[in-house]
Amino acid sequence: MAGELLEVEQLSLRFGGITALDRVDVTVAEGETLAVIGPNGSGKTSLFNCITAIYRPTSGAITFRGRSLLGLSPDAVASGGIARTFQNLRLFHNMTVLDNLLVGRHLHFRKNFFEALLRVRREEIRHRRRAEEIIELLDLEAVRKSRVADCAYGVQKRVELGRALATEPRLLLLDEPVSGLTQEEKDELAYWIHEIRGRFGVTVLLVEHDLRVASRLASRMVALDHGVKIAEGTPGEVQQHPEVVKAYLGE
Amino acid sequence: MERLLQYALTGLSAGSLYALVALGIVLIYRSTRVLNFAHGDIATVATFVAFTMLTRRLPFWAALGASLLTGALVGVAFYLVVLVRAQRRGANLLGMVILTLGLALIIQGVVVYVWGAEPVSLPFPISDTRTYSVGLVVVSQLSLATMAAGLLGSVGLYVLVQRTRLGLAMRATSENLMAAQTLGIPTRLVLSVSWAVASALGVVAGIFLAPALLLDPFFMLDPFLKGFAAAVLGGLNSLPGAVVGALILGVAESLTGAYLTIQFKNTLAFVIIIVVLLVRPEGLLGREFKERV
Ligand SMILES: Nc1ncnc2c1ncn2[C@@H]1O[C@H](COP(=O)(O)OP(=O)(O)OP(=O)(O)O)[C@@H](O)[C@H]1O
Ligand SMILES: [Mg+2]
Repeated sequence: MAGELLEVEQLSLRFGGITALDRVDVTVAEGETLAVIGPNGSGKTSLFNCITAIYRPTSGAITFRGRSLLGLSPDAVASGGIARTFQNLRLFHNMTVLDNLLVGRHLHFRKNFFEALLRVRREEIRHRRRAEEIIELLDLEAVRKSRVADCAYGVQKRVELGRALATEPRLLLLDEPVSGLTQEEKDELAYWIHEIRGRFGVTVLLVEHDLRVASRLASRMVALDHGVKIAEGTPGEVQQHPEVVKAYLGE
Repeated sequence: MERLLQYALTGLSAGSLYALVALGIVLIYRSTRVLNFAHGDIATVATFVAFTMLTRRLPFWAALGASLLTGALVGVAFYLVVLVRAQRRGANLLGMVILTLGLALIIQGVVVYVWGAEPVSLPFPISDTRTYSVGLVVVSQLSLATMAAGLLGSVGLYVLVQRTRLGLAMRATSENLMAAQTLGIPTRLVLSVSWAVASALGVVAGIFLAPALLLDPFFMLDPFLKGFAAAVLGGLNSLPGAVVGALILGVAESLTGAYLTIQFKNTLAFVIIIVVLLVRPEGLLGREFKERV
């Protein structure tokens, strides 16, 4: 099918006796925002970990822009154009906010070792400009020189989003981007994600427990339960699906 | 006063060697959490390579280059061939530390087998008997060169880690490996570079220590232990701490030898370390390092 950016087919992942993912099919079309929902332990993060090559799936296929991702290393997946955030933030805590964003620029640094060593000025300015654009967009100006560990949780969430964005991805995977935030912060971050999509034309795959935020951002939704895909469709359809209602009631 | 300065200077020179050793230990520790017990032995085998080349009257720079390369290659090979595989099979940190001990023993065996256990002297172009008077103190050519090497090694490493893109990738990798990977950093390559640089720093220490004494298969044992102690003193994850710890250790040792008794030289150094660690378990700069780097 034309326009498919990511295709996950019959993906299974087992840890000993636990089946984290059971023959899951998910496709993400270029430009869309797809939300993955499901109760705790339903396999949402595992799906992300398989796509980004942190876990090796037991069976199944993952294709991105027509090429298989299976067997690639995480950095190779990233250089193919996939960036992600983590459910429990994985920031470089002892670096400044700006340096965190600059690490995100790594893929776009010149490959020439000596130029890289010398940090050629024009290149440097180009990378800084991109980082500055993200700083401005995500309202990080006030903390740009602060050490990330000293920033508030809400700020850290934004830094991680900005760092992923700095890699200029085609596909952005967000694992519970608004969890742990206040209601006000949630609305703000949802707005920023919306902005980012428009501004950078990035496709988004989103895991979100907050169904209000998920349905606001996503045009399509997939529900998982115990590693099995139990529903797929518009946010309205999926949330009314009897299996989904049952899964959430059981939680 | 002269005597104090003179002994302090001797201590700084010894401390420069400890700093080179300690920097390598810290670099590996903070990027892989592995304490490399083969650090001294990698330097030993590389110094023996320099010995062979120098006794064959090859130029000093060639011998230096070859021994740095040897050290770097042994370090990288051990990381890629042994540690990466062990990790892939789920080895824990203690297991990996034991593997470095194994490497140390293997290298010792190889050195004894190839070069023999008899102490030999390294033909070195820098003299430890030619001296210069600087103000109140006298300094040998070798001491000067040693301090210069220590300074160059420390500053060079600082520039690499803090001012280059490779250094940014190194810092990212040591802070959060998984995040670094998912941002496209080839972490295995970056860690190979860390092993190469760390091993080469140890080799520099070996090369500058050897002419002051006789070369035997175990000549790096004492400086390795001192470098390790200095790293702990400074805070095991702090590169500036390694240098500060090493200089303090070198000077304390030298002054103890001069003013108390030479037998206490090693003892007092370790007493200081124990006291510091009881008061500040994270080491002198351990915490400050965490805040800044
Ligand atoms: N590394 C692992 N080893 C063993 N089991 C794992 C591992 N990672 C995940 N699992 C198991 O796989 C299942 C799915 O976990 P996963 O983290 O994908 O759930 P999730 O949908 O992201 O949950 P949550 O909403 O709590 O984040 C769980 O039963 C979990 O315990
Ligand atoms: Mg999860």
